[in-house]
Amino acid sequence: METFRYLAGVTTLRLDETACTGCGTCTLVCPHGVFRLDHRKAAIVDRDGCMECGACAKNCPSRAVAVTPGVGCASYIIQTWIKGKAAAACGGGDCC
Amino acid sequence: MARIEVPQEPGGGIPKEACGCAPPPVFPVIPPCGSGDSPCCGPPAGARSSPYERPGYRLCRFVEGFVDTPAGPVPRVATRWDRSDVWITLAARIGIRRNRYRIAPGLYAVGAPDADAPVLVTANYRLSFNALRRELAGLNVWILVLDTRGINVWCAAGKGTFDSREIIRQVNLSGLGKVVSHLKLILPQLSAPGVDAAEVKQACGFKAVWGPIRATDIARFLVAGMKAEPPMRRASFTLAERLVLVPVEVTLLRKPTLWMVLSIFLLSGIGPHLFAPNPTWPRALQALAAYGAGVVSGALLVPALLPWIPGKAFALKGALTGLAGGAAMLWLFARSLGSLECFALLMLSMAVSSYLAMNFTGATPFTSPSGVEKEMRRAIPLQAGALILAGTAWVGSAYLG
Repeated sequence: METFRYLAGVTTLRLDETACTGCGTCTLVCPHGVFRLDHRKAAIVDRDGCMECGACAKNCPSRAVAVTPGVGCASYIIQTWIKGKAAAACGGGDCC
Repeated sequence: MARIEVPQEPGGGIPKEACGCAPPPVFPVIPPCGSGDSPCCGPPAGARSSPYERPGYRLCRFVEGFVDTPAGPVPRVATRWDRSDVWITLAARIGIRRNRYRIAPGLYAVGAPDADAPVLVTANYRLSFNALRRELAGLNVWILVLDTRGINVWCAAGKGTFDSREIIRQVNLSGLGKVVSHLKLILPQLSAPGVDAAEVKQACGFKAVWGPIRATDIARFLVAGMKAEPPMRRASFTLAERLVLVPVEVTLLRKPTLWMVLSIFLLSGIGPHLFAPNPTWPRALQALAAYGAGVVSGALLVPALLPWIPGKAFALKGALTGLAGGAAMLWLFARSLGSLECFALLMLSMAVSSYLAMNFTGATPFTSPSGVEKEMRRAIPLQAGALILAGTAWVGSAYLG
């Protein structure tokens, strides 16, 4: 997705390289090629490509990857501001 | 046995001699089909009901037949779309009853799959299911449809309806373990935000294999021995993928548009001749045109020209297209307006376009929540400010002009 770049330096993605077992799952599930396997360790090669979907953290067997997952959707975020996180069901006919 | 006399019904309840297949006229015979002169036997009877028919159920049009398995009959689905699929796609894309495109969750078959055939997992959103089965012509596979509440794969993964527990549940409900001899499930890559593959393996023994993002790549993925090339693993957002989202974005604007129209009429009516009909109409129409320019700029131009509009924040991209769209509208339709009026209308179309562009973040596959929140905290006060400026300048221009 090199043609599309969103705001830089905002992602909550963190990688603990010492905990990484080098299984490579993060390189499979990431839809933006944020990770690459380097010398049997995962490395972040495109941090600003991260959209915080949470696929990597969800499937990391050693919990080496952490991210605060969520949907980058303005109308959803407005709902969380107004109604709070629990009531802000993405959907209800109003978004994705 | 004594013959019982039964009152005859008009129209000939008692069968005629013609075909010799009449039961003894003990009870009035109701013609089996149609009525009138051919009380029985009419045209030759059609085929017997399919053994797969169930009282109270109707076959979906995409079901071609059934495959018998140790877990019971499994519907075999067509890989070709018929006209109803085209209509359903169009209706969903323009936002008609957009929450009602569910299909029944469970196991489906494509072609003539056997116990070794791969199992593809998908959502029970009709458009997702249709996109998948259309790519499976000539293949023999099983499709396990999850109950994602009629939501597509990626959104369902984000919402938590396409998750490990639902996979485990459908594997157990469908008796998949009796149908296939292997222990592999091919999951769409975009379900990964919701699915912990290790949890699935632990609970039901099936190992998740991460399939490609797009259904169009599934055949190549299978041929390559369940390997996806890097491009198959990257989200895309082509012009067609962006434009197809525009109609729904616009139909979601019905309610805000109503409020906007009311406000525009109200504000356009204020002036030296308060609520006098004469100057209100042309002024209201000019402001409505500016609003329309904002909608077109934010909901159509931004998605269409997304990679080429300067800036990274969507609100900024929208403000730029809104400025251009508003200026074009003024140049085309309102060249006689004074500078304060022009300023007001430009502010209106910029604010509207910026807000709509910001809302388009939810439809893209690359905006992060941290980024969207950051841009919103900056942009919303500016958008609100621009709207207030627009209203003030518009009313003010009625007095000054």
